[in-house]
Amino acid sequence: MWQSLHASLQERNFTVVTVAMDEPEAARPWIELAKPTYPCLIDRNHHVAELYNLVNVPQATWIDEQGRIVRPPENAGSSDAFRRMDRTTMQMSPEQIAERNRTKQTYVAAVHDWVLKGSASEFAYDAATIRARLRLPDDTVARAHAHFRLAQSLLKHAKREEAAINFAEASRLHPDSWTIWRQAAEKDATGLATGPEFWARVDALGDRPYHRPIEMKGLREGDA
Amino acid sequence: MITVLHEQSEIVCAKARADGDELWMGAQDLAAATGWSMKPEGLCRGDACLPVPRDRVEDYIKGDMLNATAFWRRMQHPIVHDAAGELWVLGTGATDRSSALKSLAAPNFALPDLAGATHTLAEQRGRKVLLATWASW
Repeated sequence: MWQSLHASLQERNFTVVTVAMDEPEAARPWIELAKPTYPCLIDRNHHVAELYNLVNVPQATWIDEQGRIVRPPENAGSSDAFRRMDRTTMQMSPEQIAERNRTKQTYVAAVHDWVLKGSASEFAYDAATIRARLRLPDDTVARAHAHFRLAQSLLKHAKREEAAINFAEASRLHPDSWTIWRQAAEKDATGLATGPEFWARVDALGDRPYHRPIEMKGLREGDA
Repeated sequence: MITVLHEQSEIVCAKARADGDELWMGAQDLAAATGWSMKPEGLCRGDACLPVPRDRVEDYIKGDMLNATAFWRRMQHPIVHDAAGELWVLGTGATDRSSALKSLAAPNFALPDLAGATHTLAEQRGRKVLLATWASW
């Protein structure tokens, strides 16, 4: 998805930069499949998640030529349709797939609009709006990231049990973070953290979203 | 040997000693690991200086060793360590993270690609950037 977006906006003074909240070897097959012509960076310590107060993937931030935030970190066009999929077959219905494609296409069209029109784009926010929509961390989130960093380091030192304790503490302190929880969770043979514990945690959200809806024409209104 | 993790750096410290939840480090190691160094005004990094309370200097400084934990607590930054006292994370608190975001300057970072080459956000200055996260999980 990002490669086609990047390619379609070449020579428009624009680039995609992706950050994988992942171990390099887990990310590798996906990157090699995508054959990206933009920087694909590996962030096993989730440093960018800490800097930008991110909690899930995909989240994207729009940044202008002067390095200023134009849209704060937000759900990059994903929908919660997957929550209604058949969990035994892991298949989505045509209606669910259509909803997922629609939200993605709406987001991608907005990026196009901004790249072509810059600050004149209706999707580019002014400073007051950006600040109002920024989600800022508190000290429990900061502490969670410290425990996550420690856990990742413990894994490198082959101290799996102590790493697990620190992953659990990180999630306890920062329960909104899916990046922490899923990075630490057991993975299946294809590398997905979508076992019964994942679904239980998703269902426990109740009416709360997994992918936070954003304010954008064509998408559901955000709850900013 | 004690390893200190701060932001994106990881430094093995020649002169560090763990004492329960307190981490004492040589001044040079603390500077190398975090960029904070002792000056007459106190512990400083860039324009910021944290004075050492005059009535409790020995809680912070003992000879050429500095109590990183005490400084970190005063700055309200998180500090966590492993059970063995060999791995220490000198974290960054929410106030700093929030101020950086509220400035609306996109925080810079340096990360490797799969080939191991380091890329920064700052090197894209002059282009619009869509900074997107993803994961295999």
